[in-house]
Amino acid sequence: MKFIDEYQDNKLARGLAYKIAQRSTKTIRLMEFCGGHTHAILRYGIRQLVPKTVEMRSGPGCPVCVTATADLDKAIALAYLPDVIITTFGDMIRVPSSYSSLQQAKAEGADIRIVYSTIDAVEIAKANPGKSVIFIGIGFETTAPTIAASILKAQQDKIENFHVLSLNKLTPPVMKALLDSGEIKLDGIIGPGHVSVIIGPHPYEFIPRDYGVACVISGFEPLDILLCIDKLVEQIEKGEPKVEIAYPRGVKPEGNRKARQLMGKVFEIGEANWRGIGIVPQSGLKVRGKYERFDADKAFSVSLKPPREPEGCRCGDVIRGAAMPPECKLFGKVCTPESPVGPCMVSSEGACAAYYQYGTPENSQGF
Amino acid sequence: MDDSILLAHGSGGKLSHELVEKKFLPFLANPALNKLDDSAIFEASGRLALTTDSYVVNPIFFPGGDIGKLAVCGTVNDLTMNGARPLYLSLSAIIEEGFLLSELEQIVRSIKKAAEEAEVSIIAGDTKVVNKGQADKLFITTSGVGIISPGVDISGANARAGDKVLLSGTIGDHGIAIMSQREGLRFSMALESDCAPLNKLVSQMMEVSSRIHCLRDPTRGGLATTLNELAWQSKVGITVEEAKIPVKDEVKAACELLGLDPIYVANEGKLVAVVDPADADKILARMRKNSYGRHATIIGEVTNEHPGKVVMKTKLGPSRIVDMLSGELLPRIC
Amino acid sequence: MATIWEAMCLAVPVKIVSINGDEAETEIAGVRRRVSIALTPEAKVGDYVLLHTGYAIGVIDEAEAEETLKLFEEIASLSEVH
Repeated sequence: MKFIDEYQDNKLARGLAYKIAQRSTKTIRLMEFCGGHTHAILRYGIRQLVPKTVEMRSGPGCPVCVTATADLDKAIALAYLPDVIITTFGDMIRVPSSYSSLQQAKAEGADIRIVYSTIDAVEIAKANPGKSVIFIGIGFETTAPTIAASILKAQQDKIENFHVLSLNKLTPPVMKALLDSGEIKLDGIIGPGHVSVIIGPHPYEFIPRDYGVACVISGFEPLDILLCIDKLVEQIEKGEPKVEIAYPRGVKPEGNRKARQLMGKVFEIGEANWRGIGIVPQSGLKVRGKYERFDADKAFSVSLKPPREPEGCRCGDVIRGAAMPPECKLFGKVCTPESPVGPCMVSSEGACAAYYQYGTPENSQGF
Repeated sequence: MDDSILLAHGSGGKLSHELVEKKFLPFLANPALNKLDDSAIFEASGRLALTTDSYVVNPIFFPGGDIGKLAVCGTVNDLTMNGARPLYLSLSAIIEEGFLLSELEQIVRSIKKAAEEAEVSIIAGDTKVVNKGQADKLFITTSGVGIISPGVDISGANARAGDKVLLSGTIGDHGIAIMSQREGLRFSMALESDCAPLNKLVSQMMEVSSRIHCLRDPTRGGLATTLNELAWQSKVGITVEEAKIPVKDEVKAACELLGLDPIYVANEGKLVAVVDPADADKILARMRKNSYGRHATIIGEVTNEHPGKVVMKTKLGPSRIVDMLSGELLPRIC
Repeated sequence: MATIWEAMCLAVPVKIVSINGDEAETEIAGVRRRVSIALTPEAKVGDYVLLHTGYAIGVIDEAEAEETLKLFEEIASLSEVH
C-alpha cells in the first residue's frame, strides 16, 4: 500500500533508532496528544526502539476517553427519548457511564447505531423522516470539519431531523492547560498528525515560545514517529525548541483552509469539560446560533442525575499522563477490555487498551 | 409452488412435504435421507466424533459462497480438526416467512455441491418457518458425525515445546469478503471468502505424518484467537513472526479502511497445524500440493516460556503479546 | 475490545480514480471506496488523499513523501557506516 508500506521498513527503522540513540544524552520526557499516536506507539513497539533516556507518556488524545461522564450521561439520556435514533462512532457504545452505557440502552430497546461517518448519520436521518437523528459529535480538529460539512449538507438537502450533540474539542488549548498545570514536566510534544493537517503548525507556536518545550508534528507510521522523536531529541539536546513538521507529506504550513472555513462557519469556540482535567476554557466547539436547529443541545432537553465516576478508576490520571496504565490497581485485573471500568480501556485509542493489547511479554497486562 | 416461503411450509402438512420433496430431496438425495423416516439410521464403529454448529451469517450470499456452503464446510472442518473423517451431516433450517424459494433452491444447490466435494451425505433434516420479522431470512443448524482412525490423537491440548506452527494460507479473506458487502467496499479483483472443506487436505497431511499434534481452523476471532486457545489448552507459549503471516494485499487494504487487524478476522477455509518439528517440512510440502494449502507456511513455534500466551515478533523487531479477541469484532460473520 | 481500530485520528492514504461533484471514487491496493471531497475541493484525479471517516481531509504531497523516504535512507546508510 503506497504511503503506508514504505514507512514501515525494518532496516530504515533500525537506522533511525540508531541515530536517536547516538544523539540522546540526557533523559527527556515526551508526550503525544493523539489517540492514534498512542495506539501506533504501542502497536509498533516504539518504546522498545528508542533508548531508555527517552521517556514517553500519553496525553489527552483519545476522543472517547476525554469525553466527560456528564456528557456521556446526556447522550444516554437522549437515547431514551421517544423517536430518537442515536448515531455514534463505535467505541462510545461500550463506555460505562454514571448509571448506564449506550450499549445497555441499546439492549433495553433504544435505537443506537454505529456509523463510520457523519455521512451515514445524515443518510439515516433522510431515511427516517419520522425520527430525530442525533449524532454524538466527539473528536478533535480532524473530525470537526467533517461534522461541520454534514450539518451544511443537512441544511442544503433540507434534512431537518438531523442533529449533532457537539462534544468536539480542540487540541492546542488542552496542551496549554497541561503545560500550565506543571503536573508532568515535559521536554517535548509529539504533535498530532491529522489534527495538524487541518490546523497547520502555527497554533503550536506558543509551546516553544512560552514554555521552552519542543514540538514536532508526526505522522502515524513507525518511521514517521521515529523521525519525529529524532527531531525532538535534536531540538532538546541543542536547547533550541521550536515547532517542526516531521510529516510534510500530510501537513502543510497553511493547513487545510477549506476545512477550517467550514468549521468556523458552523461552530464557535466555547469551554469544554475534559475527563480528568475539568473545564478548559476556549477548548470546545459549539454549534453557532445560525445552525441551532441542528444543535441537539437546543433541540432536546433531558434531566440528568449527578454524574458518578467509576470507583478506583485512574482514567483521569492516565489521560493527563500522570499515571501509566499498569500503575492503576484495576488494570488487567478488574479492568479489562471485556469488562472495562473506564473509557481508557474501551477505546482503541485509549492508553489502557493499547497497553493491554500490545503489552510486551515483560510488562503487559499488569503481570 | 408459490414464489416465497409461507408459514404453511413449516406446518408439517402438505406444503411442508412439498417443500422437502421439491426443494431439498432432489439435490441432497441419498438412501438414508430418501427414506424420510423420523431419524436416519447408519452404522459406524470405532471412535466417533460429533459436532454441532449454527449459521447466522449476514448477508447470506457473499462473494465465494453462501450460508449453505458455509454450513457444510464449517461442520466438515470441525470434525476434520480432530482428525476425524467426516461421514454424515444433519441440517435444520429456520426460514423466515417470505423468503424467496428461488434463493432457497440456490442455497440447497450450494449445500449439495459442498457436500459432494467433501464426500459427506446429509442424512437428516428439518425445516421450520417463523413469522416475518422473527428470523433474519435463514438460519441453519447442523450436526456432523465423523470417524477417527485408531491411533490418531489430534487435540488442542497436545502442543509441545519445540513444535512448529503451520498456517495453511492467507488470513482474513472470509471476514473481509463479508464486511466488504456490508460496508460498501468494492474490489477491482474479486475478493472471495475462502470457505472450503479441508478434510482432504488434512487426510493428505496425515498420510505423510503421524505426528500432527493439533489442528484448528481460525474462524470467529481469527488467527490470534485460535493461537491463544491452543496456547491455553496445551499450557504452552506460542511465538509467531508477523512477517511470516500471509495476508493478501486487498485484505490488508480493506483492513486499513475498516480499521481491522487481519489476525482477528474470521477465516473459513484455513487451518493451523501444530506439528513435531521433524515432520514440519514434509507436511508443509504436502500441504502446498493441495489447492487449499498452496500458500502454507511455517509461522512460528511452541515454547515453554510464557505458557498460555502468544507472543508475536512484529515486522519492526519488537515483540508484543497477541491477546484473544474480546468483544464483538464482526457480528454474524459465520 | 477494540480490535476494530476505529481510529479517529487515523486517516488512510487512498488514490482518487474519478470525481463526481463533491464525491470521489478512490482506491487503495485494489479496494475501492467512495469518499467526500467537500474538504479538499482542490483534489484532482490521480491525487492521493488522506481518508478520514468518509472524507478526504488533505491531499498528500508526493514530492514531500519522496523527500522523507530519501531522508530515511540517508539516515539508515549513515548508521551502517558506524
